Amino acid sequence: MSVTSSPAGPGRRPRGAGQGWAGPAFVAGYTILLVAFGVLPIGYAVYFAFTDAGGTFTGFANFVGTAQDFRFLDAVGHVAVYLLFWLVSLVVFVVALALLLHRLASGPVSRTLRFLYYIPGALAGAASVLVWLFMLDPTVSPVRSLLSGMGFDTFGQVIAPGNLAVLFTIIAFWTGAGGWIVVMYGALNNIPQDVLEAARIDGAGAWKTAWHVQIPMLRKWIVYMVILAFAGGVQLFVEPQLLSLASVGVAGRDYSLNQLTYDFAFQMNNINGAAAVSVELLVVSASVAGFFVARSGFFDAD
Amino acid sequence: MLIKSKTPATSSTSYRLLAGSVLTVFVVFFVLPVLWLVLAATKTDQQLVHGHPLSFGSFQALLDNWDSLTGFQDGAILLWLGNSALYAVISLVITLGVSVPAGYALAMTEFRGRRTLLIATLIVMLMPTATLVVPLFLEINAARLIGTMWSIVLPYAFYPFGVYLTYIYFTTAVPKDLLAAARMDGCSEFGVFRHVALPLATPVIALVGFFSFVANWTNYFLPYVMLPESDQMPIQVGVGNLLSSVPQFNPTAGSLAVERPQLALATLVAITPVLVVFLFAQRFLVSGMLAGATKE
Repeated sequence: MSVTSSPAGPGRRPRGAGQGWAGPAFVAGYTILLVAFGVLPIGYAVYFAFTDAGGTFTGFANFVGTAQDFRFLDAVGHVAVYLLFWLVSLVVFVVALALLLHRLASGPVSRTLRFLYYIPGALAGAASVLVWLFMLDPTVSPVRSLLSGMGFDTFGQVIAPGNLAVLFTIIAFWTGAGGWIVVMYGALNNIPQDVLEAARIDGAGAWKTAWHVQIPMLRKWIVYMVILAFAGGVQLFVEPQLLSLASVGVAGRDYSLNQLTYDFAFQMNNINGAAAVSVELLVVSASVAGFFVARSGFFDAD
Repeated sequence: MLIKSKTPATSSTSYRLLAGSVLTVFVVFFVLPVLWLVLAATKTDQQLVHGHPLSFGSFQALLDNWDSLTGFQDGAILLWLGNSALYAVISLVITLGVSVPAGYALAMTEFRGRRTLLIATLIVMLMPTATLVVPLFLEINAARLIGTMWSIVLPYAFYPFGVYLTYIYFTTAVPKDLLAAARMDGCSEFGVFRHVALPLATPVIALVGFFSFVANWTNYFLPYVMLPESDQMPIQVGVGNLLSSVPQFNPTAGSLAVERPQLALATLVAITPVLVVFLFAQRFLVSGMLAGATKE
């Protein structure tokens, strides 16, 4: 495709009659929303993070104050451990399942399996948490023998604080993995047949083909998945929040950083502290995304 | 490439067996909870605890569960469903109305600020929206919209992912020459969009519509903060509310207790619209999710 990206500077006449106003007119609505609900809230958060309730500039006082809250470091640790479990399991299992599906099953079998894997995707949000509250409650769970085999006889034992990172990983994986398996499978389909053929003639088995040919060619999709999964994982809220409603008092309302911002803003009336934590989360997410994007050449044209 | 050595043919059967069982275990993992949920809605709480987990209860129990579920706070669940539908559909209409023209213009025309807009869209897409909830609350509060449906409808309507999808679609699937030809025939810029680009964009409109609907329908944090009154809640926040009325999960639940099969039924009701939309959108999904992959 020959792209003629002429810089539409002030001195240049745009191609085509009337095209000068058309572009800006078509993007006007979106630009308004982008400013109102993307740019402005960030500006607002930064402003609040560096001021006090009276609007006086306070430097990093809000950041220091919230970091010294006795729950802050715990919440950081919780989210970090959860992210580690969630990202590793997502990459390992999604790639492995897509490769297995691609190699083993063909036609209707593969399509059916992908559909079955995708079904829980419809239960995003509160629904997935509710389903897993039942799955993890030994009195009603269909896998209660598995739970009791692992030494869990009551709901309270299952949702002990030490288990939460694993449980949230299971819930997130159950809801989100199917869509990514579909994406990875499609990307595997896009690898030219002759490349795989060449590997086979060279004597590469399933394992070597996957490791040396297919996975490197999936790299961009894996990076894309990790970035979005990271962004999603950092904002953990509904899972711990619903669990705290249902935990018979075991899980607190301050497990994740977003719960903490909610608590600062709406329970402790510390809007500026809440804004400081929000800004930290944004900076961390943006930096991690930027790091991955830069290292992987994600936006390079190939 | 470092490919050497041969795989002995004998290992391939056991490999297939192992791989096949891995795929099957994951089928159970993904499907069993859904199956259990459907069956749980047909049971009484007694059957749920004492019966076989994967047995069918009775249609009578299902009807009874439905009656007590709709009886909760005078049909609150129907109200929540209606709220969700209202919020999701209005924001969906706005999303499509702004993001399709925007994606089209970004892909097909040159104007000042185009690059800036594209980069901003990518950055905002990568930003976790839940971390913006508190700042959004402050902004909406300053605009005095807290407690109105616009406090969630307008933020939902801002959907950079939809713009990005439309942008990719128009750059890859619609040739610029086609538009140039229409312009030559005397079509106005709006006419080109209306009569040439839009009819070709049906798949991407369906796709953006699907993703945006699901994202709006399943959002929890934003309405949880913006619409605290029970009669304004969408279904997601509503079922969370129901959850805290189940004595087995929350011992402090009062006299208006909800039983577990009714909560299971409420969960099913909450996901049904997503399933229906999913079935309709399914044929667009795989091709659309891969819009970027087939770019070459």
